Amino acid sequence: MTTERPTAAALELRGIHRRFGDVLALDGVDFRVASGSVHALLGENGAGKSTLMRVAFGLLRADSGTVSVAGRQLTSPSVRSASRAGLGMVHQHLSLSPGLDAAENISLGGRGVYRPGPAAERLRSLAQQSGLDVPVDAKAGDLSIVQQQRLEILKALARDATVLILDEPTAVLAPPESAELMAWIRSFAGSGGSVVLVTHKLREALAVADSITVLRRGQVTYTGPANESTEARLTRAIFPDGEPLPVALVIAPPSDVVVSARSISVRGDRGGVPVHSASFDVRRHEIVGVAAVEGSGHRALLAALASLRRISIGELQLPARIAFVPADRQRDALIGEFSIVENVALFGLGAAVGRMNWGAIAERARKLIERFSIAAASETVAAGTLSGGNQQRLVVARALERPVDLVVADNPTRGLDVQASAFVHDQLRRAAAGGAAVVLHSSDLDEVLALATRVLVVFHGEVRECAVDRNIIGRAMLGAA
Amino acid sequence: MHRPIMRAVGVATSIVAILGTLFVLSPNGDLGAVLSAFWRGSFGTWSALVSGTLVRAVPLAILGAGLSVAFRAGVFNIGGEGQLLLGAIAASIVGLEFAWLGNMGSVAALAASAIAGAAWAGVAAVLRRRFGVLEVISTILLNFVAANLVSYLVRGPLQEPSGVYPQSDLISASARLARLGSSRLHLGVFIAVAVCGATWWFLSRTAAGFRIRAVGASPSAAAVTGGVDVPAVTAGALMASGALAGLAGGIEVSGVTYALYENLSPGYGFSAIAVAILARNNPLGVLGTAILFAALETGALGMQRDAGVPSVVATAIEAVVILAAISFGAGMQWSARRSTAIVAT
Repeated sequence: MTTERPTAAALELRGIHRRFGDVLALDGVDFRVASGSVHALLGENGAGKSTLMRVAFGLLRADSGTVSVAGRQLTSPSVRSASRAGLGMVHQHLSLSPGLDAAENISLGGRGVYRPGPAAERLRSLAQQSGLDVPVDAKAGDLSIVQQQRLEILKALARDATVLILDEPTAVLAPPESAELMAWIRSFAGSGGSVVLVTHKLREALAVADSITVLRRGQVTYTGPANESTEARLTRAIFPDGEPLPVALVIAPPSDVVVSARSISVRGDRGGVPVHSASFDVRRHEIVGVAAVEGSGHRALLAALASLRRISIGELQLPARIAFVPADRQRDALIGEFSIVENVALFGLGAAVGRMNWGAIAERARKLIERFSIAAASETVAAGTLSGGNQQRLVVARALERPVDLVVADNPTRGLDVQASAFVHDQLRRAAAGGAAVVLHSSDLDEVLALATRVLVVFHGEVRECAVDRNIIGRAMLGAA
Repeated sequence: MHRPIMRAVGVATSIVAILGTLFVLSPNGDLGAVLSAFWRGSFGTWSALVSGTLVRAVPLAILGAGLSVAFRAGVFNIGGEGQLLLGAIAASIVGLEFAWLGNMGSVAALAASAIAGAAWAGVAAVLRRRFGVLEVISTILLNFVAANLVSYLVRGPLQEPSGVYPQSDLISASARLARLGSSRLHLGVFIAVAVCGATWWFLSRTAAGFRIRAVGASPSAAAVTGGVDVPAVTAGALMASGALAGLAGGIEVSGVTYALYENLSPGYGFSAIAVAILARNNPLGVLGTAILFAALETGALGMQRDAGVPSVVATAIEAVVILAAISFGAGMQWSARRSTAIVAT
């Protein structure tokens, strides 16, 4: 074995090109991660961060360019060769088998005979060495999000990964959990490992990384050591025209009560966490943020507020006109193969009778496209052909086409770039200014803090109001007093 | 990406396989005689077309339109055959027992057949809603029950007076559909065209039809964004397809057989599945594919009659065509997407 020079890159990508149809997703990207360092990869959604990392991990073949791990070029890029070379990746959407326990999950993809005893023992010692604590016998589906994420990292470490790619790992975490993960990342780098931290959060990158690379439209627009990077410089690299400023709107003081909940309990979805005896009011002109980590019962709460689920006990008064913006727009909000016109008609379809007046609906769709600046060739194109941002514009446009009394929005900017997010935020503010009550949940606490005039924190099915303060909310999200 | 190529290869392979089989089995290796027998049996003569192919296309088109409704809703109704038999039973009973209805007899018979078919599908709808039994399973099993019910009736309560043959008496003349000229084709052909047109209009122009399409395309989006009662819509679509299947059975009795007997349907309920899928569940397309499949059957009979190709071979060839059509045609996406939809609801 040759001795490695200390300066040898843990991971090096050179001249990576990758095209998807007409879109050049990666345009000659060079990316180098020094060994024993944390390298943040920043950029907007759609900038090519995930694509680049998928190329590095062998999930995607580059049209041209090379991938080297620890100074050795991978001749035939594949997940197997990347893993063997010491690369491990933790995806944004965790990929554990919920019905298998931790040790079984770790051993998936192995060869030969599976023996539970040694597998559990191996996991235990690995957990101890790495400082990542997970219950060995519990089924993965019963683990908390944090534990699942730890298990994903352990899975990579079990395959002797020395370079870890973490794709937006803090998107699902509460602030204290994020801080814990960042500390672990630093210690992993301190012990000689390397980490690529894919994120769109500037502050996170500046806080934890040694080096920072910014991608914009498939090209590297900045790369340098973190201590020489400033927020201003990075912002310029990420956004060509500067970050769009939120439109300041004077929202009137809260007026009459629109939602009144008195000791309501709501059952969870398919064994999910229920809400018990929650009491609160939401008034017109308010934007009430709902903060919670995954699996806290906030989904049940939002479903009840959107009048999609009945409460089991208590008293809940809801207005007649409710607009719901679901978290999963592909699954719950749009039908990709249907035209924009048909998707407009989908809203409130349950109450429609008689003939469909397609002419009038097409006219409405055209107006929505214009009023909400949806980039679509025409109203007859399939909704699935729109970009994510424009799909969400359509969803929001449709929900707010007519005045409503209550807007319930669940992660309305998930997967959107900054421009599209700003549009959604602007629309929510406008709705509140126009007299609606807005209830907003986001996994990104910063988003809740930026918009909410009041915050409800859900933890373990209990709903309580908190001051709009990052630290107080962060602690409440984890059940601390 | 490679799908068109795969499709072309698949279709070509099927054609070669079919022609090869015909060649081997044809007497004297005269492939031309076999193919011309097929043509004469299906489209080649006026009487083959009108009294053979079109007569068979009528039930296929009505069933196919009904199945399009179910498939568009994401409901895999495999029970068209059983629902058709229930419709045939209902039409026979009305035609036998309600002679006093006069010239309303045929209307009453057809109405009864649609109601009976809907009710038979309704059994599957209730099983799905109350007990979570997948309609794929229940509708198949109900086919056997329906077939046995016919067997019992034609040997018991509905058997013709002499008690010799396992079939019912002939239905009253007033319950019969008029025939066109001297052909075997009957008024049902207009009903079939009207049903296909109306079903198309229903699916594309009405709120209830759009609900069916939305539920089939995405049950979750229909429920969450549309506020649609998904179980009610799927149950309704299943019963609507049952009603049309029953109507097809009633028309078969009123227009063709004039009596109830076993094997009344040569598997129309199953062929109609391919008819609907090949038409991409478009009721107007169903008119075309129904004629195509009817021609396959009459052509196969022609090959057997005139060229001595065994009927089992003809049936097998028909099956190959259906499989090829489904595998390499519209069905590919269809089957993959629908199976997930069924699991999701």
